[in-house]
Amino acid sequence: MMAVTVIAIILQRNLFSVVVLAGVYSFLMATVLVALDAVDVAMTEASVGAGISAVLLLGALYLCGGEEAKPMARPWLPLAVTLVILAALVYGTLGLPAFSDPLSPIHTHVVPRYLLQGPVETGVPNVVTAVLASYRGYDTLGETMVVFTAGIGVIALLRRVRRGKGDKT
Amino acid sequence: MKREPVLRVVGKLLTPYMLVFALYVQFHGDFGPGGGFQAGVIAAASIIFYALIFGLPAARRLVPDAVVETMVALGAFLYLTVGFAGLALGGNYLDYFVLDRDPVAGQHRGIFWVELGVLITVAGVMLKIFYLFAGRRRED
Repeated sequence: MMAVTVIAIILQRNLFSVVVLAGVYSFLMATVLVALDAVDVAMTEASVGAGISAVLLLGALYLCGGEEAKPMARPWLPLAVTLVILAALVYGTLGLPAFSDPLSPIHTHVVPRYLLQGPVETGVPNVVTAVLASYRGYDTLGETMVVFTAGIGVIALLRRVRRGKGDKT
Repeated sequence: MKREPVLRVVGKLLTPYMLVFALYVQFHGDFGPGGGFQAGVIAAASIIFYALIFGLPAARRLVPDAVVETMVALGAFLYLTVGFAGLALGGNYLDYFVLDRDPVAGQHRGIFWVELGVLITVAGVMLKIFYLFAGRRRED
């Protein structure tokens, strides 16, 4: 179903339907993540991917019109580059341990400690929250800074346009 | 969309519940799925929903630009402050064990404040981006 959605997105020329289909794709992705027991990530995907980004993309469509431009040239070179990268990535996944292999390195190194000691040390039953906010506090600090910087960047870029409205050239 | 009675009523009914749900996701994040990031996005989405139905000026009156911009910085500042609080109380940076006499309670406190910082920054940034996009007019 996700593959069908992606093909529909590629074939679609009307950008409004592309935005709606991207929202559909996000919800399907969230369903897959729930099936994988990653409820926290699924929640983020559904709210950010299908909610906020759809609204922002629709806002952008309102500003710049809803039809995709015809491609200028035949995209053979980008296609070739994409295929080479795809082949490299698939080749890379061959070296990974099998899915849900209990002896793979991530399941023997630090995960047992988080799962066994996490609730005891932090008193937080949700291990995702414990890892996110406590064990990996620095990483989450970095993420917050990324969000903060993104906000500052958008403010810096778009504010100037609004102020320059008076002296339009 | 301002004239649609159905949308107005449903919008008025749903917006407070969305905000409450955001708070639930925030403070229940210790036990169920959720946390600062998701809660921030849901809180921002409820305001965006309000803006879509009642118009951008109404939302700007509800949550003014100055408040949103303050939120962007305040959340990040709160997170950094928690880190320095750990430092001041004799631990490492972002060390929660020293925040309370009982280490587990200290962890709880640290996680709570850190998640609150994430919530504030994320909600502020999302709202600000939406305001800036929606506030622009079409070129032609």
